[in-house]
Amino acid sequence: MAHAYQTDQYEGMIAETVTMRGHNGDSINAYVARPLGSGPFPGMVVIHHAPGWDEWYRECTRKFAHHGFVAISPNLYFRDGHGTPEDVGAKVRAAGGAPDARVLGDLDGANAWLRSLPYVSRKIGIFGTCSGGRQAFLAGCRLKGLDAVIECWGGRVVMSKEELTPNQPVAPIEYTKDLSAPMLGLFGNEDKSPTPEQVNQHEAELKKHGKQYEFHRYDGAGHGFFYYDRAAYRQDQAVDGWKKLFAFTDRTLR
Amino acid sequence: MCTMIAQQVKITGRGKSGPEWFDVREANVSYDHPYDLPLEHALNIDFVNEAMGPGARVAVELSVDAARQLVQTIQAVLAEADQRGVLEDCPVIAVPARDPTTA
Repeated sequence: MAHAYQTDQYEGMIAETVTMRGHNGDSINAYVARPLGSGPFPGMVVIHHAPGWDEWYRECTRKFAHHGFVAISPNLYFRDGHGTPEDVGAKVRAAGGAPDARVLGDLDGANAWLRSLPYVSRKIGIFGTCSGGRQAFLAGCRLKGLDAVIECWGGRVVMSKEELTPNQPVAPIEYTKDLSAPMLGLFGNEDKSPTPEQVNQHEAELKKHGKQYEFHRYDGAGHGFFYYDRAAYRQDQAVDGWKKLFAFTDRTLR
Repeated sequence: MCTMIAQQVKITGRGKSGPEWFDVREANVSYDHPYDLPLEHALNIDFVNEAMGPGARVAVELSVDAARQLVQTIQAVLAEADQRGVLEDCPVIAVPARDPTTA
């Protein structure tokens, strides 16, 4: 597997902020990490979580690069002003989250940015946690040119009518029939958003439409169990989740 | 955020962020992921001045019990002040606001 590093192996990485075209052709910034070398490497679009475009997502982007991906994490809150990730994230929280249409435009732009690079192979995946997990699934259904979808505890994939807003006007589960890539889902059974019942509904809809997917649901874990900087971190489940994730990308993107 | 339960109210007041006070114009109240309180969801209040940018923010993150107690306490204090006839409903005198992000 790509992540089975050997101690005598050469490795190098470059990571930096870049500018890319997002929704409506807007110029936004993004964080990119990639292995040194000519590749070709598979690509990964890394969708930051609702709390913001923060340090955990910088490290997550570099983790994908360490495992042999050219990874790009677009700043989905670029248009909401600049400051600390917390302050900008709090502003977006108050506004009810980033609009789905704008997010999809930015993710499509990130995919196009990757595809323009000579060292990126033709295989590109998308990964996200929390609201980013929801957006990863949404992207897998609404965008073309994605080869693997990784949804980690995506809240509000299942939405009641009362939860629909101008920013999120359609529950992503409604688009399940259009999912165009294999999907991996990781969930904690103590999560409140999504609840285990909502994950059941999500899975039933994937089955109904004959989609290729695998779900792993962890006891003893709630929301955000990968986040080692939060109380939600669950070491056993997180380590297993990353193993499942890279086994999935080995099958789908290499 | 993963619940997207958030409301905003226009307010008049002052808040302190670092060494500086600034005019707060809005309060954003949400029940969603906190940044620092070790809970999955919390009652979050951000006192902000949107015109001054994202950095003009005084934040608190409360447990549900703490939020309910705070609401009751505010109501009780206002009721007592009203009973004693000392409530003032006067606007804050506007002065040029200082931007704590550039202080």
